[in-house]
Amino acid sequence: MTDFSDPRPSRWQRLTDNDIFWSFIHSPGAMIAAAVTLLCILACFAAPLIAPFNPFDPAQISLWDGKLPPAWVDGGQPQYWLGTDNQGRDMLSTILYGGRLSILVGLAAVCLGMVLGVSLGVISGYVGGATDAIIMRIADVQLTIPGILLAILINGIGRAILPLEMREDFAIYVVIIAIGLTDWPQFARVARGATLVEANKEYVQAARVIGLPGWLIMLRHIFPNTLRPVLVIATIGLALAIIAEATLSFLGQGIPPTTPSLGTLIRVGNEYLFSGLWWITFFPALTLVVLVFSVNLLGDWMRDALNPKLR
Amino acid sequence: MLLFILKRLAQSLLVMAVVSAVSFSLFNFVGDPVNNMVGQDATREQRAEIREKLGLNDPILTQYVRFMGNAVRGDFGLSYRIRRPVDQLIMERLPATLELVFVSAVIALVVGIGLGVYTGIRRNTFLSRAILSISLIGVSLPTFIIGISLIYLFAVTLRWLPSSGRGGTVDLGWWTTSLLTLDGWRSIILPAITLSLFQLTLILRLVRAEMLEVMRTDYIKFARARGLADRSIHFVHALRNTLVPVITIIGLNIGGLIAFSVITETVFQWPGTGLMFIQAVDFVDVPIMAAYLCFVALLFVLINLIVDILYFVVDPRIRLGG
Repeated sequence: MTDFSDPRPSRWQRLTDNDIFWSFIHSPGAMIAAAVTLLCILACFAAPLIAPFNPFDPAQISLWDGKLPPAWVDGGQPQYWLGTDNQGRDMLSTILYGGRLSILVGLAAVCLGMVLGVSLGVISGYVGGATDAIIMRIADVQLTIPGILLAILINGIGRAILPLEMREDFAIYVVIIAIGLTDWPQFARVARGATLVEANKEYVQAARVIGLPGWLIMLRHIFPNTLRPVLVIATIGLALAIIAEATLSFLGQGIPPTTPSLGTLIRVGNEYLFSGLWWITFFPALTLVVLVFSVNLLGDWMRDALNPKLR
Repeated sequence: MLLFILKRLAQSLLVMAVVSAVSFSLFNFVGDPVNNMVGQDATREQRAEIREKLGLNDPILTQYVRFMGNAVRGDFGLSYRIRRPVDQLIMERLPATLELVFVSAVIALVVGIGLGVYTGIRRNTFLSRAILSISLIGVSLPTFIIGISLIYLFAVTLRWLPSSGRGGTVDLGWWTTSLLTLDGWRSIILPAITLSLFQLTLILRLVRAEMLEVMRTDYIKFARARGLADRSIHFVHALRNTLVPVITIIGLNIGGLIAFSVITETVFQWPGTGLMFIQAVDFVDVPIMAAYLCFVALLFVLINLIVDILYFVVDPRIRLGG
């Protein structure tokens, strides 16, 4: 009997018979980190479905229920599992909604930095010459300034430019732009490095010989091949962006308390720390730390797995 | 060598020009400076007079040149909110920031190098592993969370140390210090630890890695063969040779300390320049913001210039290659 089935491995087999997958299966740290990250993201994005209360619905909030401790502490009530904040909002629900905002802002900021950095990096590596020198010089100079300071300064300028009445509504976009403008040099450097390697390969030369325009070669041929290292930077960058957003919000320069992110929640709770209401600060802070720590671990593992030279 | 320094100098000047242009445009983009100077009930003539007096009717380039001229002399005008010269305000706040940065740097250096040497020599003991694991957590925690935790533990629960402010200060005429009073020392402990933790971890890991490297070299083995005491080998022969990279990293990280001092000062309400900037943003106090921008840029440009030149002096390979 002849076997007529496709001799090529199936999609699933190809996926599982892969260096990266193998490395993933064999590093428990990475698996735990991925699971925790995924859980955080899923829980936060499903907030409208799974959160016991809607913290933005005034009908569900009563000031009488304010400052209640977690359910297992004396005086806690079972329906408020992690207690309530100063306005009587359920902590668990507020954290889920806040975490969603934190993750969204982080993702948007990283995307902005990635688009900006990778485009500049690929152009810099492909065109070379004075363009390359100028772009990389700017990146070098910017890298000497700590990112968080730059984000605070850009964010401060952005807030100052906006008229007072628009500040709260546009705060989120100012934060995203400030963090995005801060982290582009990392992406530019990595993308430029990858471009320099790819630009000398035969397929790029072939594309050049058949007369494709430079922008098309950069977009269709070189750009897809820079993605591996860029992905690593993006993962570590996400952790840093979430921290940056939380820091700005904690300083009172970020997301306003009407639509709180994790950083805003910690800021609000910090005012009640002295009266011993620890849970208003503690749970958002714990969520932030767990989220950032697991994303960081995932990024570290990815760097090792995708870059065999470092192993 | 001269060419290298000239190139770096030109680059620094360019950075300063860009930053000062941004600071200058802040004055024009943000609100109307005249509105910020006069009260609600000023007449149109009074406003026009102030406009003329401030030179706001001059061409933009003339205004920029004048701004630069004043900025070089440290004159950024009056704060919109406090109505006092900005350079005076910064000079009042600067000692607080510099003392905090100084104490943090000392903590980071002494503890970082000490623990780095220890974990580098006794690399397999339980204590070494514990120190390394804890240091990893220290790196990944955001600064403000460390600050809040310390406040909750030492100020709220144990009530050992104050949670905010600078404590008692002593006026030395040109410098107000909090390092001469017991109260001041108690106040600086928590913010200084918060600020130093990240740098401490960096120095610890760097010194440890360098120590591991150096301990393997022949001259250490030879020193042992000569029968020198362990302490002399570790601190005279080994540590000295790890210091070159440590010094450059520290130089670069003074900038990091200043950056994170903005966060630490806000957490502990420490009356320094960083807290002043954050408050200035809240009140759109443009002169203070502009001055702080230029001040921070100048600081970073200077630090980088010095570190670049130090590299040059310390490492002959760069000198010959460049």
